[in-house]
Amino acid sequence: MSSPTKEQVQERVVEALASFGPDADSITSDATFEELDIDSLDLVELAQIVEDEFGVVLKGEDMKELKTVADAVEMISARAS
Amino acid sequence: MPEAGSWPAGCALVTGASRGIGAAIAKALAADGWAVGVNYRSGREAAEQVVAEIEATGGRAVALQGDVVDPAAPDALFTALEEHFGMPVLALVNNAGVTRDNLAPSLTDEEWNEVIETDLTSAFRFTRRALKPMMRARSGRIVNIASVVGLRANPGQSNYGAAKAGLIQFTKTAAVEVARRGVTINAVAPGWIETDMTADVDRGLLDAVPAKRAGTPEEVAACVRFLLSEQAGYVTGAVLSVDGGLGA
Repeated sequence: MSSPTKEQVQERVVEALASFGPDADSITSDATFEELDIDSLDLVELAQIVEDEFGVVLKGEDMKELKTVADAVEMISARAS
Repeated sequence: MPEAGSWPAGCALVTGASRGIGAAIAKALAADGWAVGVNYRSGREAAEQVVAEIEATGGRAVALQGDVVDPAAPDALFTALEEHFGMPVLALVNNAGVTRDNLAPSLTDEEWNEVIETDLTSAFRFTRRALKPMMRARSGRIVNIASVVGLRANPGQSNYGAAKAGLIQFTKTAAVEVARRGVTINAVAPGWIETDMTADVDRGLLDAVPAKRAGTPEEVAACVRFLLSEQAGYVTGAVLSVDGGLGA
């Protein structure tokens, strides 16, 4: 699988987060997971999605460091390239 | 809710399904339309017989060898089952189990560890492997076969009782964690069931069972079949006793 661009990662992350409940409009780069009501189970599923689709493995301790949408996109993009 | 008629949409894996309760569960699930993975450790002929019986009644099943204690077994079995039927595993029954009875003062580390590994740790590992795809599918059913001994003391089975009590609490906690993803996790707690595991037990002990008889594997399987049905979608974190009143 070829590495995704940052834009592709951003698009997939926003789509995944929207499927967990928040309005797509509210999922801005600097929105925090706390504001979006995205909890640890949602982040576990997000990790599974990026592993399945981008081959990026995120562990529990990685996820704990993520506070905002941009944090997640940055980490996933960096690992995917 | 899935569309009517679309259930089940995946396949079901039953561990320890070559005989006893596991075999009865595999047959019951196949009758409900599940494509079933009949896992066995050493009883290959018995597992193939279960598959043959399922196929003879128009069902779908495949025998899958694997020792549940092997940490690599969950991924190997899930992958093999998914590839065989070309569908995700959306139901898991953690049934494989062993007993190594001894009184606590004499219980060896080996007897303790073998029972904890087989009856508790393996169920955790299979459940972990099952959950992420089920969460993504927004659909899944897991049933852990516990025991009345996990709820009520039975002298000589402190290892088995600890494993089954642990399995019950694992069931409840994991069920709560994933409930909003459409995945249910429940436990079934059989009492005295007529299987190889209870063949050597003193029949006089049946006096303690309010129903005054042993149960059958089919009576346990009927409960598992319900918990894996579409209609059981609001039942999660429950422990369903099938014990003739022994644990009441």
